[in-house]
Formats: sequence, C-alpha cells, structure tokens
Amino acid sequence: MTESPPPHADSAQHWIICEHCDSLYESQALNKGETAYCLRCAAVLDRGHRMSIEQLLALSVAAGILFIFANVFPVISISMQGLHNAVTLWGSVHALAQGQITLIALVAGLAIIFAPALQIALLFWVLAHAHRGEIAPGFRTCMRTLEHLRPWSMLEVCLLGILVAIIKLAGMLDVHPGVGLWAMAMLMVLIVLIAGKDIRRLWDELGVEPE
Amino acid sequence: MNGIPFAREHKVTLCHVCSYVCAEDDEACPRCESAVHPRKPDSLRRTWAFLLAGLIFYIPANTLPVMFTTLLGSSSENTIMSGVIEFAEGGSWDIAILIFIASVLVPCIKFLVLGMLLVTCQRRSQWAMRERSRLYRFIELIGYWSMLDVLVVALVAALVQFRGLSTIEPRLGILFFGLVVVMTMFAAMSFDPRLIWDAEVEDVR
Repeated sequence: MTESPPPHADSAQHWIICEHCDSLYESQALNKGETAYCLRCAAVLDRGHRMSIEQLLALSVAAGILFIFANVFPVISISMQGLHNAVTLWGSVHALAQGQITLIALVAGLAIIFAPALQIALLFWVLAHAHRGEIAPGFRTCMRTLEHLRPWSMLEVCLLGILVAIIKLAGMLDVHPGVGLWAMAMLMVLIVLIAGKDIRRLWDELGVEPE
Repeated sequence: MNGIPFAREHKVTLCHVCSYVCAEDDEACPRCESAVHPRKPDSLRRTWAFLLAGLIFYIPANTLPVMFTTLLGSSSENTIMSGVIEFAEGGSWDIAILIFIASVLVPCIKFLVLGMLLVTCQRRSQWAMRERSRLYRFIELIGYWSMLDVLVVALVAALVQFRGLSTIEPRLGILFFGLVVVMTMFAAMSFDPRLIWDAEVEDVR
C-alpha cells in the first residue's frame, strides 16, 4: 500500500478506506487467501477471494435446501414416561410468543429464521444473475438489505443453544437430536462462507456504476 | 502518525454499505444510494443512550425469573444466575461456565468497554488508540452471543410441554434479557470507531 496523489471521488475506485480509522490506501489486487491489514489500527482492509461466483452460487443453493431441512424437521425430540415431543425452530420461536414477552419472539424469529432465509434468497438472486454477468433487478436494494441483515443473523448462536438445551434436558429425560440439528450445523458453516462482507466484491466485479 | 493519509484529508468518505469512496459532501452514496456521513451522526450521544437503556434493562433481566418449571407437581422459577448455579451444582461445570460467559460476562464486558471508549473519546484521549480499536472490534464480534440464553429458554419451553407431568414456560426476565442484547448491539453499531483516531486532529463533523 503506497501513498499517492489525492483521489477524486469520481475517479475509478482504486482506493480503500479503513472503516475503523479512516486511513486511506491505494488498493492492490490480492491473491487467494491473502489479507490486507490497516497499518494504523490493524483492522482487516480486504481479503483475497477464496471462491468464484459459481462456487458461491452453488453453496447458496445448498444453503437453501439445508434451510428447508432445518426448518421442516425437528431439531430436538424428547421422551418421558412414554410421552414424546419434538420441537422445530418455528416451534421454539412460537413458545416465546406468549403473553407479555411476544416482543422477544420477534427478535428470536428474526435471528434464527427470517434473517437467514432472506439472506439465502437475496444471495441466490444476485449471484444467479452475476453468474450470467448480469446485474440483478433491484440489485442495489438486495445488496443494501444483505448488509443490514448480517448482524442479526445468529445461526451460530442458535446451534450452540440447541446443544446447551440438549445437555440441560438430558439430566431429566431422554433427549434425541433430530434431523433438523444436522441440517442446522451444515447450514451454519455455509452461511459463514457465503454471507460475509466478501459479497461486496459484486459491486466492482459487475461494474455497477454510480447513477 | 507514520504518514498514512486520512481519508478526510483528501475530502473523501467511505460508504459503509458498499465500500465506495464517496466525496466528502455527498449525502448519499452515488453507487448504492445509502446515506453516507463523514462520521456516524450523533455517534457518542446515541451510543450513550443505547448503553444506558441496556444497563437499565439489565437489572430486571437478572432479578426477574426467566423460566418457570413444573416437574411432577413441584414448581420453581429460575433467574439467569440461579440457572447457572443449578448447572454447576449438578456437576456440569462446562455448561455452567459457557452460560455464565454468554449471559453475564459478555454483557458486562460490553458495558465496560463501550463506556470506556465513550469516555476516552469524549476526552479526546490519545491513549492506546490501536488497542482501543481492537477492543471495539472484539465487542462487535462477541456481542450477539448473549442471545444464547434466550434461544435455550425458547427451545426448552417449546419441548417440555407434558401437561400434568412437567411443563416449562418462559417468563418476563427473558424479554428484558433479550432487550439488553438488542440495546448493546445498537450501541456498538452507533459507535463510530473513527472517533478514536480523531483525537489526533481537528473535529470532524
């Protein structure tokens, strides 16, 4: 990263600004697996892309299928003195939606169902078009929504929650992990791979121009 | 400091949504049409507000019960701490520590670190800027793990529904606990880490 003449906002985007300390750098192409760090505050500036658009698209399709599995099948089932019960993700959100605490059901629903679902759908939409070299209709809105959803998607926390719930209940009754749990575990890995900040590369790669 | 130019010295500003380099006086990013600001608007005041709201909710979150358990006729109410103690006494030290970290330690660290960042930024302190930057990124990273307890209560309450034998119901405390997490997340989002480095120079809008 080098110092150079001041950039103009309308010139081509050869600049990177560190979002954590406002340092300005000239951007350089990175290879796969390389990471650029800010010299002033040590934040990550940019990463070399690990996957192609095609691979990302394939993973988003896989994530869509796993999402359906994770939501249709129960994540935990229990039995006690001949009685059985099972819970899906939706069932657990619904359990919070009682009386005074309904508000927290909305937050939980956003975190473990709604945000991941929308992320997968939007990623599929923009990636499917990007794959053919096109800019998807509504591209700007999709990309902005993806940025705002990211902090609220909490599948990792949900997975840990399921494991804790299993151990918590294992003391008092018989607990069996369900198909939904395995789907959830794989889905979590895929979401980490596809829904990160890396997707911002589409702005440059598709050559989206300011209006 | 070591000659790296600041973006504002060159009259440009970062778009937080698409990383576009915008002109300083742009009000919306020309590429993605999101609002851009040289600094997040009213960052310190908004962060204080969310942080204090989180602190206030933290009191009922810990004193009110989060879960109501009926097991074969006997019933009990659990707060977050009593849940942790129950695990520890039952011998599951690992789970007790995990829940303690997610539900008690993480929110407390967030309160302390954000409070410290706000005070040092207001005093325009030049102390340990790099480390304070790192701390901010750290609390951004760990913040949402506190949702763990909310999700555990949701799962357990949905599962244990054997009428007459055993039932578990969520209670008001979990609402406040969830709100603490949401408030501290908003607080971390409204804090602008670039303010840490503004101490070196003149005020930026």
